[in-house]
Amino acid sequence: MGVGINVRDLKAWFGASEALHGINMNVGANGVTAIIGPSGCGKSTFVRCLNRMHETIPGATMKGEVTVGDVSILEQSAVDVRRRIGMVFQKPNPFPTMSIYDNVAAGLKLNGMRNRSKTDEIVEKSLRQSALWEEVKDTLKKKSGASLSGGQQQRLCIARALAVAPEVLLMDEPASALDPISTGKIEELIEELKQNYTIVIVTHNMQQAARVAGFTGFFLMGNLIEFDKTEKIFTNPSDKRTEDYITGRFG
Amino acid sequence: MSNGNQTLGVQRISLRRRIANHLVTYSALGASVLVIVPLVAIFGYLLMKGIGSINWAFLTQIPKPVGEPGGGMGNAIVGSAIILLIASCFGIPLGIGAGIFLAEFGRNKFGNIVRFTSDVLNGVPSIVVGIAVYGLVVVTQKHFSALAGGVALGIMMIPTVARSTEEMLLMVPRTIREAAWGLGVPQWRTTLSVTLKTASAGVITGTMLAFARAAGETAPLLFTAFGNQFWNWNVNQPTAALPLQVFVYAISPFDEWHRQAWAGALVLIILIVAAVTAVRIVTSRGMYRGAA
Amino acid sequence: MRTRFHQSLDELKEKLLRMGGLAEQAVDRAVDAYRRRDVSLAQRVFEGERQINVMEREIDELALDLLAMQQPMAVDLRFIIAVVKINADLERVGDQAVNVVQRVLELAKLPEADLHVDIPRVAEVAATMVRTSLEAFIYARPDVAESVLKTDNTLDELNAQTYHAMMAVMQKSPELTPQALNTLLISRNLERVGDHATNIAEDVIFWVRGADVRHQFGPYGTSASHP
Repeated sequence: MGVGINVRDLKAWFGASEALHGINMNVGANGVTAIIGPSGCGKSTFVRCLNRMHETIPGATMKGEVTVGDVSILEQSAVDVRRRIGMVFQKPNPFPTMSIYDNVAAGLKLNGMRNRSKTDEIVEKSLRQSALWEEVKDTLKKKSGASLSGGQQQRLCIARALAVAPEVLLMDEPASALDPISTGKIEELIEELKQNYTIVIVTHNMQQAARVAGFTGFFLMGNLIEFDKTEKIFTNPSDKRTEDYITGRFG
Repeated sequence: MSNGNQTLGVQRISLRRRIANHLVTYSALGASVLVIVPLVAIFGYLLMKGIGSINWAFLTQIPKPVGEPGGGMGNAIVGSAIILLIASCFGIPLGIGAGIFLAEFGRNKFGNIVRFTSDVLNGVPSIVVGIAVYGLVVVTQKHFSALAGGVALGIMMIPTVARSTEEMLLMVPRTIREAAWGLGVPQWRTTLSVTLKTASAGVITGTMLAFARAAGETAPLLFTAFGNQFWNWNVNQPTAALPLQVFVYAISPFDEWHRQAWAGALVLIILIVAAVTAVRIVTSRGMYRGAA
Repeated sequence: MRTRFHQSLDELKEKLLRMGGLAEQAVDRAVDAYRRRDVSLAQRVFEGERQINVMEREIDELALDLLAMQQPMAVDLRFIIAVVKINADLERVGDQAVNVVQRVLELAKLPEADLHVDIPRVAEVAATMVRTSLEAFIYARPDVAESVLKTDNTLDELNAQTYHAMMAVMQKSPELTPQALNTLLISRNLERVGDHATNIAEDVIFWVRGADVRHQFGPYGTSASHP
């Protein structure tokens, strides 16, 4: 089940350069929130702060209050935070030396699960959830994760993220490297998942945000300019900068 | 009319290009052939000179005293195996460990120092390594030993293993690491079970390279393993080694020993190739089973 | 950014204004024809109608293209939707002008009668409403559009007056019933023109403010109120 995310005055730096200038946002549980904005506006940085991936970059720091569910992520260890918050990346990145089964089970096995039948169960459930089960059920252990097509690889990565039962799923432009049909499948998947997970999706594609997200946040130069229901943002935004961006009046 | 001119013009350019194309292609081909020639020549010559002397006796017997015909290099083969085993146990883990350190945590001054040191070590002449180990191990232990020989060869393996491990690990895309971190896998586990695993093919190649080089080294063994005319299973005693034995026989004045030296050299090459191939087969099958 | 798209939006605006001009002209000509009992003027209104229909199709096609190919958002999206709706209203205005002209042709066959009713005045109000609403569109002025919404009441009043007057005529002088009926219908047509102008004004407000103000103005809470 998903939980809400509360962000209070989140700031982030790359070395001495401040990239996020105090973000405040409240994301409700179970649903999709889209983050849009021009290149370099801080949307990827923001999302990577939520699961503390930002600090894996040498010299990167963050400060502020981020509460996922009832727990502040800065009070937990980064590893624990990342077990509760899953991430799907822009370019599909299955582990190339592992089979499909092992890829999905990676989060479980690498964190110590030994129970074979339980793992089997979870792998099947995750692959079903990501609409990949039917396509790979016969070659689970024979084919390597990297031998699938792009769209399938991304669904595999989604299954891998779901296998550890996260409360929140972060997606950083998950469909931008895929063809339209695969993109469509991913969006359908998100529709299904949003009933049970809190999903935050970064996207360059405004039509995609409009299609899948209930709420949308517009970022510009490290600030959150507007955060509202998606219909409002795309039919009658409150801030002129938002309107200029979505009507294409500036890059 | 304009068409005709155009066609001619195109032909002229294309002819020049075609000539250049062929020139470079055949030069490259020629260079490749030239590279293979020494290898084929050496192997062929060894085969010719040595195959006659390889028999079961040669492979299983110890050397006979001077003057007596027959005998073999059985003890040297076994001795080499023992020394290389020690060298591998010493050099490979250290090398891989250093490689991991350099790749994951070595983007700093200290890492640069380690890298530099490793490169220097790589360039140290093998005889110097031998003498150094003589002073450090043999003199301390007060006797020659397979152990000392293993240490010397291990030291020579470290730089190659470390460098290729580092390079292979760096070639693993950051996104693979990020995928593991994203799943909540701690750094150390990510490095060992994911990054290293992904780079394993390259790391093994580097290791095999180091192994093959060490297997053929003679100079370091002169003052460490020293050689032995008899079977020896005690690592703390002087031990025979194939390259060593080949050297001793080759510079001797006896034809019988010359004959055996050829055979020994041939056996050495065959064993190295066999070892490397075996490792390749075993590990490539293992990769797709991929247990975490 | 997206200059081709913005150029297309300008083209759409320009086409709509031309359409507006044609519609205004049709109303003016129809009322002129009434005043002068001029049948040839009536003919020209029929020709103008053809032009209006062609223009309507052009505008709808361009709007559809832009929606499909350019994925417009926010104000651009509202603008295109407003244009499509205003387009339809202007075409209906043209239709009403044709209806008036048909009444005029009928009246021309009947003996002239002074019915003591100032149709040109009603027409003036309606035409002004159309002109003002199009002004609000050109200059994107929701305040100007709001003034149109208020004028609708005046027009409804005038139409009601005409209704009562014509009822009286038909009772007192039954032989003048054909003329009275046609005149009443003309007044009704003009009142509908005013309604369409009101719709246009509402669409302008929707476009500029993103606020849906339909069905808020008028005595019964509806923008169209007629007996």
